[in-house]
Amino acid sequence: MDNREIILDVKNLNTSFVSEKKKTRIVKNVSFQVKRGTTLAVVGESGCGKSVTMNSIMRFLGRNAIVEADSIQYNSLHDDQVKEYHLEKYEKPNCAEMRALRGPEMSMVFQDPMSSLNPVYKVGDQVAEGLLEHNKGMSKKEAREKVLEMFRKLGIPDPEERIDSYPHQFSGGMKQRVVIAIAMICNPELIICDEPTTALDVTIQAQIMELLKAMQVNEGKSIVLITHNMGLVAEMADEVCVMYMGRVVEFGSLEQIFDHTSHPYTQALLRSVPVLGLADGQKLETIPGSTPNPADLKGGCEFADRCPFCTDACREKDIPMFEITPGHRVRCLKFQDSPEVM
Amino acid sequence: MSENKKEVIFKVEDLCTWFPITQGAFKKVVGYVKAVDGISLDVYKGETLGIVGESGCGKSTLGKTMMMLEKATGGQVLFNYDGEFKDITKFNSQEMFEFRKEVQMVFQDPYSALNPQKKIYTSFEEPLKVHGVKSEKEREDIMERVLKMVNIQPDYLMRFPHEFSGGQRQRLCIARALEVMPKVLICDEPVSALDVSIQAQVLNLMKDIQKEMDLTYLFIAHDLSVVQHMSDRIMVMYLGRVVEVADSKALYDEPMHPYTRALLSAIPVPDIHKTKKRQVLEGEVPSPIHKPTGCPFHTRCPNCMERCKTEVPTLHVQNPENGHMVSCHLYD
Repeated sequence: MDNREIILDVKNLNTSFVSEKKKTRIVKNVSFQVKRGTTLAVVGESGCGKSVTMNSIMRFLGRNAIVEADSIQYNSLHDDQVKEYHLEKYEKPNCAEMRALRGPEMSMVFQDPMSSLNPVYKVGDQVAEGLLEHNKGMSKKEAREKVLEMFRKLGIPDPEERIDSYPHQFSGGMKQRVVIAIAMICNPELIICDEPTTALDVTIQAQIMELLKAMQVNEGKSIVLITHNMGLVAEMADEVCVMYMGRVVEFGSLEQIFDHTSHPYTQALLRSVPVLGLADGQKLETIPGSTPNPADLKGGCEFADRCPFCTDACREKDIPMFEITPGHRVRCLKFQDSPEVM
Repeated sequence: MSENKKEVIFKVEDLCTWFPITQGAFKKVVGYVKAVDGISLDVYKGETLGIVGESGCGKSTLGKTMMMLEKATGGQVLFNYDGEFKDITKFNSQEMFEFRKEVQMVFQDPYSALNPQKKIYTSFEEPLKVHGVKSEKEREDIMERVLKMVNIQPDYLMRFPHEFSGGQRQRLCIARALEVMPKVLICDEPVSALDVSIQAQVLNLMKDIQKEMDLTYLFIAHDLSVVQHMSDRIMVMYLGRVVEVADSKALYDEPMHPYTRALLSAIPVPDIHKTKKRQVLEGEVPSPIHKPTGCPFHTRCPNCMERCKTEVPTLHVQNPENGHMVSCHLYD
């Protein structure tokens, strides 16, 4: 596959945090690709490193974070011209190159709309800020027009009035629309949504998800959707990346993950969700134990202690990825006859 | 089950909980947040009644008012004392104290429900001391018994809350509520702060405990799939009012109220082969301060008629066979 089809290519990403002189590796050898115009869902429980992975790519992490990778390649496609950016080469998180990328090329929607807006600025000004920053010479009036246009597109009612409101005058769902407007205003190709609807009610969640899906279908945007909700994955994703304790444990297309679920963790995760209309009195399957502390891990498979198929070999060394069918990769020794991949 | 299902343990009649909005130096009341606005319901002994609704619909306030943690503005909450119904809204403090032994509550956030400065032992000892278990031996026996119920080793009593994971903490909260041997447990979003794999553990445990102790649950949650999994009957709330009450199976198979239908269709299903038509509701929940006239749902309802805008629908039994109740003009 060439650079036209792949928008983001991450190879061997490692992120560690230093605290009290101890280095803890939170994201371990993560590799994945995002195809242009599709949705990749990153799933996992809290603390599995899904947000840290995406923040490492966007370089949004604090000073105690160390991001290392063989390659983080972003391919922009404008006027049929592909331009490669190698994000791993930028040393400072806030260097000019990185800042030029964030906004016009890739942007992020955060989990909590209540805290990702500045309470003392009007929402219109907050949305216009990125626009004015990336388009030197644009007048405030032009920017305002663009913001209004974006508000209309995102279905914010009475945009002319609402543009001068403050965040506290908006409801949760409307605030999340404003946050999406901030992310979308510079027309990026890649949008990373970090649990965009976790703080919202189901009926509002449905509205926001329809909005994101429409954006992808109509404008060919690529979306990375970080979530823990398997239902949302089934509805939104083209490809799925399941993470556990900082590692990608399974990667594949939606059909491969849901119909040919292979990793014991993914299987358990899918079975432990209560499904509407399930037979009465049926017990949910549980995953025994709880997620370990990343500082205490000893090597070997991270899931070994909770896995029903665990053998001695699982605890010996790190488990490589095996490609069981084209595009379907699993990090589990059950599939060691399949070819090893990165 | 059907024999003792008929025995009502809680009878709520036209309950209202309004919070006044005050303004100015003299705290003049300028309006009310009508969190619970005229709710009537029966809770049967030994059942699990699920209460669902979006945030701000008053489901937590209802739960708290049924324990008198919030003062009721109007209406009655009758509790069954061996066949005799007493109105708890009129209880004095001594009667209230006794009542709390019958009904206990489990809160949403296990991280803030346990005092971080006290050992679990101290937190667990307190309710027993308060409720008059004098001997230390007896107290320790009870603590050990409830901890066994929630699968936590008794020697963990000497630990502090931060040494436990979220799921363990929620189990501890459940255990603490069980110490006084209540008949009813009001669970306010007990699993929404937990991860899916842990959520399943806690839900299964709660079902087991219910069987063991013959408990009645009031299960408040916003996640309809969790509620459906847990409950015998489900009550759907919208803006402080009940819109539908039904058996959990009937509610899923044949939802009647347009809001329930929209709520069901909005839930993403983790199955890629089930294609369903999703009905996305326009707009948002109106503010409970300025409620719409007529049916509270008419501003978002796809089946809104002229009379919905002026006339408030009443909750009535639609299907006498299974007690399916709905509050909608479509079924008048």
